[in-house]
Formats: sequence, C-alpha cells, structure tokens
Amino acid sequence: MSDAIQLLVGTRKGAWIYRSDAARQSWRAQGPIFLGQIINHFVADPRDPNTLLMAAATGHLGPTILRSTDGGETWVEAKRPPAFPKTEDGNGRSVDHSFWVEPGHASERGVWWVGTSPPGLFRSADGGDTWDSVEGLNEHPQVLDWFPPEAGTPDGAIVAGIAIDPRDARHMYLATCSAGVLETTDQGETWRPLNQNVEANFLPDPYPEFGQDAHHIALAPTDPDRIWQQNHCGIYRLDRPGERWERIGAAMPSDVGDIGFTVVPHVRDRDTAWVWPMDGTEVWPRVSPGGRPAAYRTRDGGGSWERQDRGFPTEQGWFTVKRQAFCGDRRDPQGLYLGTTGGEIWMSGDEGETWRQIASHLPEIYSVSAAPR
Amino acid sequence: MTIAVLIPSQLTAYTDGVTRVEAAGATVGGVLDDLDRRFPGLKFRVVDEQDRVRKHMRMFIGRAETRNVAAPMRDGDELLIFGALSGG
Repeated sequence: MSDAIQLLVGTRKGAWIYRSDAARQSWRAQGPIFLGQIINHFVADPRDPNTLLMAAATGHLGPTILRSTDGGETWVEAKRPPAFPKTEDGNGRSVDHSFWVEPGHASERGVWWVGTSPPGLFRSADGGDTWDSVEGLNEHPQVLDWFPPEAGTPDGAIVAGIAIDPRDARHMYLATCSAGVLETTDQGETWRPLNQNVEANFLPDPYPEFGQDAHHIALAPTDPDRIWQQNHCGIYRLDRPGERWERIGAAMPSDVGDIGFTVVPHVRDRDTAWVWPMDGTEVWPRVSPGGRPAAYRTRDGGGSWERQDRGFPTEQGWFTVKRQAFCGDRRDPQGLYLGTTGGEIWMSGDEGETWRQIASHLPEIYSVSAAPR
Repeated sequence: MTIAVLIPSQLTAYTDGVTRVEAAGATVGGVLDDLDRRFPGLKFRVVDEQDRVRKHMRMFIGRAETRNVAAPMRDGDELLIFGALSGG
C-alpha cells in the first residue's frame, strides 16, 4: 500500500475509479463500470482493500449488490441480495434500492451492513454474497411509526447511513429519514431513538422522540463518542454518553444557513469537521446558496465556521453534494474529495484551504469514497 | 416441458448477450426459477421478494400479458419479458 489514493465514484449512470499518484496530483480514471446502473454507494473494505462493494439498481430492474475481490478488475453479483422476508399475503415490503453500504467492525471480517429504501437493515456475514434481514429493526413493533409509508425523500424513504463504534461491534447508529437517529447496543436486536433536541420543523411537535430526518451521521475517528450529524433541520453534534444534541449549525452565517446533506469529520482532530451547505429555503432548491459553492470548516467543535471556497466558481455555481459524496482520506494533511450533482469531482490537498477540479462531465454523482491504493 | 423465453436487452448481461433461450417450468415463476438457476440473479431483477412483477417490467405468455407468477405455462408456450426503457 502506498500514499496514493483511489476514489470510488458511484453515479446515476455507473461507477468509476480514480487513482492518484503518491502526491495526489495526477489522477487516472477506470470506467465506466456497469454503465447505466444507478450506483448509490461504492466503498472499499478497510479490512481487505481489494474487496469493493457497490449498491446497484436501474430505473426498472430490481436492486442488487455487486462485489469485487480484486480491486475492481472483475465483479460478481451477490447470490442473495438484500430482500425483506416474503409474506404469505404477498403484500410485504420489497427493497427498491440499497442506499448505504457499510463495512462491518474491524473484528468481524466478512461482515457488511446495508441500509435500504424503503427503510431496512440487512447484514452479510460472507463478504456481501448473501444478505439477511435484520429482524430487530425490520420487524420492530414500531417499524410503521418509525418508517411510515408516506414519509421519506423524493427518491423514497431510506436508511440514510450506518455508523459502527470502532470500540464495540455491538454498538451502532443509524441515520434515517423519518425516525432520526436510532441506536443499538446489541448489534441490531433492539433499537431506540436518539434525537433529543433535534428539530423536526415539519411535524406538529417540532422536537419529537422520533420523526426527524437525519441526512447523515459520522463518528469522529479519534473520539467515537463524538457524533456529527447533518440533519434536514441543521447541523448537530452529540458527545456521548450525553443524550442531547447541540445545534452547532446555529453558528453558521445566516445567509448560508446550516442545511445540507453531509458532514465529514477530520481523521485526527476531534474538533474539526466540514459540511457542504445547500439552499434549504422555500421549496428547497438543494443547490449551493446564492450559486456560490463552498465548504465550511469548524475547528472548535462547531462553535464557529469558516468558509472555504478558493478554487470553486465564484458565481453561477449551482451544484450541490449528496450524502455519500464528500469524504476525506487518512493522509496528513488530510485530503478532501467531493462529487457534485453536476458530475464533477473536486479535491483539496490542504484541508479545504484550496480546491481543484480533478474530473468533470460525469453523470450526477451519488457517492465518493477514498481508500488507500 | 419447453418454454421459449425472450430476454430483454436489460437482462442480456446475465445471458451472455443471448436474447432467446429455452427454459422449463409449469408456471411463470417456475420458468423464472429455471432461468435463475442458469443465470443467477436474473429473477430478482424482474420479480421482487413478494413475487410481484416489478413496476416497469412486463411479461406476456404469447400475446396475453400476465403479472401473476402462478400463471400456468404449457409446453410450447412462449414467455416474453420486456423491460420499459422510459425515463432519462
């Protein structure tokens, strides 16, 4: 393994892999891979970097999981993709698409998790070849309260993210679009909402036990008790064992706001994280506010934010960045990478001080994840 | 029992590019199961886990459309699978 980076890129029309040199200066594309398939998430296995998984669907065919064990040279389809149990009356749920793919805990080689639309959680113990429904969530007595069929995003209700405590394989969090954050301490057998002080301004009770729309959550790598959340209603931080989230987005400039899809914690500094604000006013254009794209960085746990826009268009830049499409590497200084709804990939080699475009003209980007080569 | 099956372009990645194959089965679901044995993964992309034909997929026994995987097939029938290519 070298200092070079590979970016796994999932788009609305297929997947690509971009590989850098050691300096992260030049990039070479491999792809398209599975041209025409909708790739919602494309990730490498940190326990075995040659293993790659992607969640694939098309507009009309059913969803599946595609796997490579040779770094993306060859691919096989999951023998049994995520699917809800068959019901006797045939009216049960069916997976429309897998949305989030998460490698299991470091101690559990071969274990993977997938979050789906409609909301469901699935586990594989064989490297992603066969998938089982996680009954503790999918058959939970409150499943219809947490995931009412009428709730959700324009692309359907989702499990929007999965985070696993690196100290304890049994401790996991889910981000969901209609129950907020859910927590388990027994690896999915039981769940409880974890949403205190998180707003849901689209419900009669704006601070309910559940019902929030958690767009994205991420644990600070050096302090997994610190959870960053980009919510439909702002940016939040929670320090466990605390239960009450703090709306750290309140410190964002008022003309930019604190709405967005994603948040990226610094790989080494628990107080640093980046967000990518989008326009969440009126009908929610979901574009860069004012047509001026920028990342925002906090270095004090969300007490203050600084704009980082050097290199991005200074006007008429209307793209945004989706949940899985903003990430960092593990280098020092940390590299940052984002894929836009306009099919561009941008990177920063200096922790957001400057940005440069490294790819353009791709389809709408859904997912960018960085892994060592 | 031999059923002639028409494979739509979206699924020819499973059949090595072949658009017409022969399969066996007493029902539509049985034919799809037979196809899935030979072309693993194909069935789930046409029919969901509740045995519902996916929204934009259409199947015909001869000229008669069916969305019922229990529909019977007879020796010599033709099963036509089509996938909508609508959208952008």
